[in-house]
Amino acid sequence: MSTDTKKVLFGPVVDNNPIALQVLGVCSALAVTSSLQNALVMTIAVMLVTGFSNLFISLIRNQIPSSVRIIVQMAIIASLVIVVDQVLKAFSYQLSKELSVFIGLIITNCIVMGRAEAFAMKEKPGVSFLDGIGNGLGYGAVLMVVAFFRELFGFGTLFGIEVFTLVQNDGWYQGNGLLVLPFSSFFIIGLIIWAIRQYKPEQVEKD
Amino acid sequence: MSSNKETFGKTIGFVFVVCLVCAALVSVSAVSLKPLQTANKLLDKQTKILETAGLLELAGNDVVATYNKFVDAKMVNLATGKVVEGDVNAFEERADARDITKSSKPENDMAGLNRRADNAVVYFVKNEQGKVSTIVLPIVGSGLWNLMYGFIGLEPDMNTVKSVIYSDHSETPGLGAEVLNPKWKALWPGKKMFDEQNNVAIKIVKGGAKAGDIHGVDALSGATLTSNGVERTLRFWLGKEGYGPFITNYRAGGVK
Repeated sequence: MSTDTKKVLFGPVVDNNPIALQVLGVCSALAVTSSLQNALVMTIAVMLVTGFSNLFISLIRNQIPSSVRIIVQMAIIASLVIVVDQVLKAFSYQLSKELSVFIGLIITNCIVMGRAEAFAMKEKPGVSFLDGIGNGLGYGAVLMVVAFFRELFGFGTLFGIEVFTLVQNDGWYQGNGLLVLPFSSFFIIGLIIWAIRQYKPEQVEKD
Repeated sequence: MSSNKETFGKTIGFVFVVCLVCAALVSVSAVSLKPLQTANKLLDKQTKILETAGLLELAGNDVVATYNKFVDAKMVNLATGKVVEGDVNAFEERADARDITKSSKPENDMAGLNRRADNAVVYFVKNEQGKVSTIVLPIVGSGLWNLMYGFIGLEPDMNTVKSVIYSDHSETPGLGAEVLNPKWKALWPGKKMFDEQNNVAIKIVKGGAKAGDIHGVDALSGATLTSNGVERTLRFWLGKEGYGPFITNYRAGGVK
């Protein structure tokens, strides 16, 4: 892989993370991070939608009239999301039941639209696709870290496998009630942003 | 920005083509995946019914075959308690409860349903000898956030509880969602729904039911409203506006 490709694909993981630096897609990061499994499925779904929406939009970027470009992007993104939702319902019913509306809400995830407008409208299809996958990865990385802490300290499990035995099951660990609720992700995401900016001070905004 | 792709006609044409392609994509995926989705939904329901009857371990990986072998579904009119003709597979409680012609407003709506479907599908689960060993009754009632759907399994005396299994709810994780905790579900078997005078006696006890209390089940700690919801749901469905007439009819031998 050339350095450029690498930069497009892995840049969004730390250097230009969609959640930590661009601060996009935070809502869904709150909602689906109560377990690692949900976070993983959501990551894959977002990665595919961002990748393919970037690809298709980039393919037709020279034909899209600028007056209706947003709505055209939206139509493509929405169609892809519906397809992902249908596939999930057909092949992984339990997960789709747990993720319920949040798959549908990928449509409103600003990362997808943001990348389509900021990247795919200007760049070639191949590199746009990688940019989409890369941003999905960056989104997923944050999701997985948040879900790791929330599931471990909220429920005492990791991927559903018991790590700490909860008091309810005659164990010793009292699950953290704050972490099972969505808004606790704010704290974790905040700490992640702080940690990344300690490591990469150039991300700190100037006053 | 005066390139020719910006003209009115081109814009309309472009949007039209994009819509057509997107619509085709969505329709193809929806239609082609429909059979799989329906099968999944049915499998999910059958799994829950077998779990309620305590047959899930026996079923192993073959839920459908076990279900077909042991379970007999019948449609029941709740007001009369009699078995009625009807397609049990096509029956959708949620759809019927919203249809004014197929539902009614309960007089005492303690389960917070608003409307209750006139019919219900009940499941007779047989044992190896072909005798009915469990009657599975679907229930629904408000929890803290939303309606909770589930099943209760009763012994053929229509009084002793086999299990209370929730299949679909949106209660708070770690608190109300503990209705799915195996330890809480294990509190149910052997409890009696009715007292000697045949009144609904099942109750959820805050702070824990006393040992030997055959009608009391421990409340979920930190989830008072969910616990109340469970109690009201059971009281409603076992009462005269729920399965009351059906239970009376069944005990009198009116259901074959």
